[in-house]
Amino acid sequence: MATNTQIPAADRRVPVIAPGYTFSTIGEKISNIVLSRPVSLGWIVGFLIVFGMMNMLMMCLGYLFIKGTGIWGINIPIGWGFAIVNFVWWIGIGHAGTLISAILCLLRQAWRNSINRFAEAMTLFAVACAGIFPLAHTGRPWLAYWLFPYPNTMRYWPNFRSPLVWDVVAVSTYGTISLVFWFVGLIPDFATLRDKSESVWVQRIYGLLAMGWRGSARHWHRYETAYLLLAGLATPLVLSVHTVVSFDFAVGIVPGWHTTIFPPYFVAGAIYSGFAMVVCLAIPIRAIYGLKDFITERHLENAAKVMLATGLIVAYGYFMEAFMGWYSGSQFDSFLLWNRLHGPYRYVYLALLLCNIGIPQVFWLKKFRVSTFWLWIISFVVLVGMWLERFIIVVVSLSRDFLTSSWGQYYPTKWDWMTFAGTIGLFLTAMWLFVRILPMISIFEMRTLLPESHAHEPAEVKQ
Amino acid sequence: MSTSISTNDAAIHGLMAEFDSAQELLDAAHKAHEAGYQKVEAYSPFPVEGLAEAIGFHKNRVPLVVLIGGLIGGISAYAMQYWVAVITYPVNVGGRPFHSWPSFIIVTFELTILFGGLASAIGMIALNGLPMPYHPVFNVAEFAKASDNKFFLVVESSDPNFDAARTHSFLSGLGPRMIAEVPS
Repeated sequence: MATNTQIPAADRRVPVIAPGYTFSTIGEKISNIVLSRPVSLGWIVGFLIVFGMMNMLMMCLGYLFIKGTGIWGINIPIGWGFAIVNFVWWIGIGHAGTLISAILCLLRQAWRNSINRFAEAMTLFAVACAGIFPLAHTGRPWLAYWLFPYPNTMRYWPNFRSPLVWDVVAVSTYGTISLVFWFVGLIPDFATLRDKSESVWVQRIYGLLAMGWRGSARHWHRYETAYLLLAGLATPLVLSVHTVVSFDFAVGIVPGWHTTIFPPYFVAGAIYSGFAMVVCLAIPIRAIYGLKDFITERHLENAAKVMLATGLIVAYGYFMEAFMGWYSGSQFDSFLLWNRLHGPYRYVYLALLLCNIGIPQVFWLKKFRVSTFWLWIISFVVLVGMWLERFIIVVVSLSRDFLTSSWGQYYPTKWDWMTFAGTIGLFLTAMWLFVRILPMISIFEMRTLLPESHAHEPAEVKQ
Repeated sequence: MSTSISTNDAAIHGLMAEFDSAQELLDAAHKAHEAGYQKVEAYSPFPVEGLAEAIGFHKNRVPLVVLIGGLIGGISAYAMQYWVAVITYPVNVGGRPFHSWPSFIIVTFELTILFGGLASAIGMIALNGLPMPYHPVFNVAEFAKASDNKFFLVVESSDPNFDAARTHSFLSGLGPRMIAEVPS
């Protein structure tokens, strides 16, 4: 928990919370969105659209289960296709949520308090979207439990030397710990909603979730310890998850995959795209729900700075890939570089360089970091760029293998596109519901940002 | 600040004093602890630094639970992989060693985190005695503000020094907004 939150008087930056708030008005402002704000027409129309998209996903998956993965554009040699591209993209987006909630908590960055709740929600929903793809890609998803070690009549056990098994363990641990972290953070806020609500049923639901939380000092003591330990555990976890995802590639010998730069460059790319998604969600949400006092210009500017920094790490990764293509002297690696620049997917690669390295450099200028319009546009560009990056990694490498006889081309089908759009629908549907049924900003952590939350030990008891 | 004081100490859970700020509550908690009250509980809408220490609660056992959870996760993950890869389902891949420990690190690491994380959440909830839907403090109407903007100090009747009249006058000396009896 951020306790060291006082901003020095000389700090002329935009504050992390607008002045004039009290403990009570913070709670009211956030809980009113859940408890008393009427459902607007815009919310309903938006919900119908995203819910429709989610249903498209259900239909795509239903058809997939009937017909098999042949409805996708995957073939041999490109057996991974959109399923893995989208999996890596979604799981990467989730990483920003854990970075904000865990790593920035350990670093005592008080500004995280107003964005950690919905960033964590974003993580959970993104992991849910990500999980669908490898599951569906197994071809027989009803047998996916074979991935887990359990005693069975086949007397078979998973191969723990396989990166794909590591991936199952890493992603399921990540999903579980993200959920636990999110729920633990919500407990005191459930209690606030329970006490503020006027309807008996709403009180019962939040009361059930709050489990009888009453804010006792002993409980807070254990709570803060547990929260800090969870943050400490989630920090290496989040770094490990995309590392393991990168092992899916790096442990293989395919040109363009078999490199040691992959783990750090994947993690940086994950945080890059995740912050882009946080910004893309935060800008409309704070405008619609009048939360500009809590999610201030400072938050958006910080997010832009994180994107700039991680974007440069990603750029270094691209540079290193190109450099090693030349320096290794391996004809396959240098061909890969040539193929990316001149092969059939060259426009994708150039678009990737433009989206991930070129355009985001405008964040060096403060004007673009503080303009919500430009910030939103560039974040969207980064999201597209990071998706293209995964496309390049998966498809270009597989399409040009060591032997010319095993070269191929990949063309996504309409089912590929509809499934991808469908997961965006699932993600947005979950977000749509989340902002109306749970406090999207942590109420109690926002309260600790007020100077009067810090009590001082009386002089006479100091020994 | 008018409260009727019942003579039967056992019939009530304790006496509750309400304060306006975290500072007042922290000061009151210190004074109650100094006055020799042991069964004191403080309630606040957010964590107040030093409050648990003020009522004599210095160390909690959550870190121990997390350590045990993490160790169980890590050791069992490694043992499981060893058992599978070496004992029950050995696969000979070009004569490579069955006990290929570098490949086992990732699953060991992930399960350490998984068990440690679950232990931290479940341990915190269990040590806090939650879920506990009913607690006597909820009987006081003003206590609904404990999750909003008010701060409460409760001296429980099970305290050896508890005496309804004396404790009441002690609490009123702390300058609370109100004092209420908490029915058990």
